[in-house]
Amino acid sequence: MENIVEVFELRKKFGEVEAIRSINFHMKKGEILGLLGPNGAGKTTTLHMLLGLTTPTSGQINVLGFDATKRDEEMLKRLNFSSSYVALPYSLTVVENLTVFARLYEVPNYKEKINSLIEIFDIEDIRFEPTRRLSSGQVTRVSLAKALLNDPEVLFLDEPTASLDPDIADKTRTLLKNLNKTKGLSILYTSHNMNEMENLCDRVILLDKGEIKAYGTIDEILEEFKEKTLEEVFLKVARA
Amino acid sequence: MNIKRILAYSTRHLYLYKRSLPRLMEIFYWPVLDLLVWGFISLYLSQFAGKSNLGILPDFVAFFIGALILWDILFRTQQGLSISFLEDMWSRNLLNLFVSPLTQVEYVVSLLFISFLKLLLSSTVMVVLAWFLYSFNIFILGFKLIPLILNLIVMGWAVGIVTMAIILRYGQEAEVLAWGIAFLLQPFSAVFYPVSVLPPILKYVAYLVPASHVFEGMRLILKTGEFPTGELITAAILNVFYIIIAVTFFSWNFKKVKEQGLLAKVGE
Repeated sequence: MENIVEVFELRKKFGEVEAIRSINFHMKKGEILGLLGPNGAGKTTTLHMLLGLTTPTSGQINVLGFDATKRDEEMLKRLNFSSSYVALPYSLTVVENLTVFARLYEVPNYKEKINSLIEIFDIEDIRFEPTRRLSSGQVTRVSLAKALLNDPEVLFLDEPTASLDPDIADKTRTLLKNLNKTKGLSILYTSHNMNEMENLCDRVILLDKGEIKAYGTIDEILEEFKEKTLEEVFLKVARA
Repeated sequence: MNIKRILAYSTRHLYLYKRSLPRLMEIFYWPVLDLLVWGFISLYLSQFAGKSNLGILPDFVAFFIGALILWDILFRTQQGLSISFLEDMWSRNLLNLFVSPLTQVEYVVSLLFISFLKLLLSSTVMVVLAWFLYSFNIFILGFKLIPLILNLIVMGWAVGIVTMAIILRYGQEAEVLAWGIAFLLQPFSAVFYPVSVLPPILKYVAYLVPASHVFEGMRLILKTGEFPTGELITAAILNVFYIIIAVTFFSWNFKKVKEQGLLAKVGE
């Protein structure tokens, strides 16, 4: 299967601190790859390097066949990103926000696309509400709608369910899984929620102190660490 | 550079101003207050013209109001740019933007465009009010006004881009620069007085500030009607130099911010 993301010998130092220590991994087309680890493990740094937002100290990152550090326009048109820590302009309404981003991605027939995403994410009733008046769950759904405007081939999600209640979080996961199945959307997903990772991801990377401690399918990892759940593996790694 | 993306991003700011009264006020409030205060001071001083022991005083209304309107062009251009950037920072939207195909250059150009639109609005109000309240018509400067304005806009952009670069690098603690940095240059810009009144060392500083040549030029036009070719060419050369420095400084800081992983932290 074709690799959509390839990372070779990736390192990142911030001054004397080595945040990422020579990691290697790849993500297959149509795969949901989980990136998990304790706070400060290097998940967000890795994600930002994949998106070209942080420059690596050394190593190679290919996303959709492009050198990610060069932020090629063609590459950026074919991916998207959503994070519970990144907001949308709060004075703009949901439709206005989606319109701005649809036009930035040069989405053809963007009004139709926005309407269809509004329907998919069930945000019809808030389409004319300024983003500042929305609940966390609603903001997350709008942010995910924004991330799907350009029909990306690969989606980078940074803890997208962090601020959601269990019901909305579950609906979001179901939706992502459907998009992955029906459209073959590849997703790189960071989270602290182990159950979420077990239910959603095809393979998982467990990062700790900038190093990959485990990498494979959930079953492979559980077998390697002789544990029953991913949470037990996580605790074993984090407390080692 | 993709014009569609530049216009798309400019729409974000147009949406913002469409329904935000405080932001619209920010465009008009200070220019109108400045015009009222300085206009009435000028009217008051004009009463002494011809009666002073110092001899015939200049036409204060023309000098002060003209200077004020032109200074506002420089200040509003710089501030319009910096505040539009701050809007993205405050709304924690920069990552969404820089993950999109919008390039760094397109982003800056769209902010320049928005700052120009804001300037157009505030200047229109000032010009109309100056004419209505003080019978001062800035257009008496005629076509000579155009190179003056262009030079001030370019200088405002250069200062605005430098401000953005510093805020990008040092975060919200540097945001006060958006309001204050232009005033750092005001004493050397010879806005309300000629360069000749400055102490010798400060005169050399003033000669390096494009605005000082613009304001000297404006006074020359008002006094003699003569076109200040030398002053405006000097201002233009300085502006080209400074805009190159500003863009380079922004790119360098953007690179540093990416190296230090600070792009995600801008706004925190």
